[in-house]
Amino acid sequence: MKRAARYIIFYSALLALWVILAKLKIWPPYLFPTPWGVAEALYVGFQDHTYLIAIAVSMQRVLIGYAISVVLGMILGLGVASNKFLEETMGGLLVSLQSLPSICWWPLALLWFGLNQNAILFVVVMGSLLSVTLAMEDGRKQMPKIFGQAGRNLGAKGFKLFWYVLLPASLPFIVSGLKQGWAFAWRSLITAEMLYLSLGLGQVLMMGRDLNDMSAVIAVMLLIIALGYIIDGVVFKSMERHLQNKWGLAPAN
Amino acid sequence: MSANARAVPGRYPVPSSPRMPARGTKLGPVSLGESSAPAMAPVSKVGLSEICLSYKTQSGERLLALDHINLQVRAGEFLCIVGPSGCGKSTLLHLIAGLHSQTSGQVLVDGHPVSGPGTDRILIFQEHGLFPWLTVAENVEFGMKMKGIPKAERQERTRYYLKLVHLAKFEKSYIHQLSGGMRQRVAIARALATEPDVLLMDEPFAALDAQTRDLLHDELERIWSETGRTIIFVTHNVREAVRLGDRVVLLTFRPGRVKNEFPVSLPRPRSLEDPEVAMAAREVLDELRDEINRSLEAEYQEGTKPHIEPGVEV
Repeated sequence: MKRAARYIIFYSALLALWVILAKLKIWPPYLFPTPWGVAEALYVGFQDHTYLIAIAVSMQRVLIGYAISVVLGMILGLGVASNKFLEETMGGLLVSLQSLPSICWWPLALLWFGLNQNAILFVVVMGSLLSVTLAMEDGRKQMPKIFGQAGRNLGAKGFKLFWYVLLPASLPFIVSGLKQGWAFAWRSLITAEMLYLSLGLGQVLMMGRDLNDMSAVIAVMLLIIALGYIIDGVVFKSMERHLQNKWGLAPAN
Repeated sequence: MSANARAVPGRYPVPSSPRMPARGTKLGPVSLGESSAPAMAPVSKVGLSEICLSYKTQSGERLLALDHINLQVRAGEFLCIVGPSGCGKSTLLHLIAGLHSQTSGQVLVDGHPVSGPGTDRILIFQEHGLFPWLTVAENVEFGMKMKGIPKAERQERTRYYLKLVHLAKFEKSYIHQLSGGMRQRVAIARALATEPDVLLMDEPFAALDAQTRDLLHDELERIWSETGRTIIFVTHNVREAVRLGDRVVLLTFRPGRVKNEFPVSLPRPRSLEDPEVAMAAREVLDELRDEINRSLEAEYQEGTKPHIEPGVEV
């Protein structure tokens, strides 16, 4: 109850500040829209299905890209963690590559894949692959050795050992990395969509700019925040809670 | 403790495993010291011949952990291995389990050399090694699932073995919801459920309180006599070894060698408090004490304990 009250007070204050700034007319209304202007843009956007289509397209792209990252990242991470040569060579490369914003791959992606969906997917994968790889490598190392030994002892080997033992055993250690990978994938997607106009939330946002309609821009920004938050708060939170219940780990504060 | 003719207590049914000779049909007196040649007939359940293992330490020198270990374990025997910490007794179990390879020598099971893990030999770890992401029943089922046993049969066997360790009511619990003693019982059920011939136990009760440990000793003795498995049990607790084992093998401090063997022919069921158990334990302990002293001395001199735990990569 107290927490709810704090939320209400904070967001009302934020909204009030926004209204006051808009009402003061320091900037022209088309540059600094009012909250109801944004609400109207949201309403219109959903009414004519623009936003729904954009959300569907963006979600589809990010899910495909993220899925590729997770599968590749786990294989790569496991390889790096279990092979000394790979660890010494590729490990360093992966860490240094992480400082490269994934959108830097855009020019190459355009040349390699052409101006299409695959180029966007490539940028999304490059955005999240490293996080997942490094998380998996780290998780594999942090995972108590006894699980792998017990698994092999009970007759698990090869893919079965990975699927039934190593993967579930490392999950608590890689879930934060998976989350980070998701965040990177989502950001890379929006950036790429803003550069290459083909549906998607990024494009709708740029459309707002082209039309000088800041209400629409802010409306799409809110959508992007909301979607990211929902995935984080619903999908990853419930995954973490599920793991904590099973493993008996204290809830992270 | 010299009597070799072992009493067969009437309350224990004679196990019906075909490979196993009936209890009490002992193959002559057990020799002290080094065992006889591995080629001896009939073939031992587990035979260790000339096992050597050396590690490279962090400073780059080679450290001999196990030195020409020769040991024959009969089918259905309860063998206990004792030794000071750092004698490589856990490592020996890992070698038998096939989780690591020895530098030289051979591990034979039914006369065949071991080249990797196999479900005929299941290791029970000191820290139980249960999978926290699975329920109790799923843990017990795991080995059978890997073997490809159909689900219905898996569940039936799981129920049977959970009943055997008195945990039938906890099949849906997760591991963290159980006490230490219950976890070890799950580990035992999980090991038994794959129906191994040989159960390898690596100080399984070391982390438990005394009451729980006593209880598990009784249960293990009962399960052993009901299932007729061969058990190789590693412990640093001499009293525990004498209470459980048909035979106690004493290893020396680094490098691990077989220092002596003590047949234990006390009638079962035994108890830790039995004066006969205490007396037999004293006999073993007298010889062990020198090794413990050497191990402590080495620890003081080196400052740190060299890492020769079984988990390390060789």
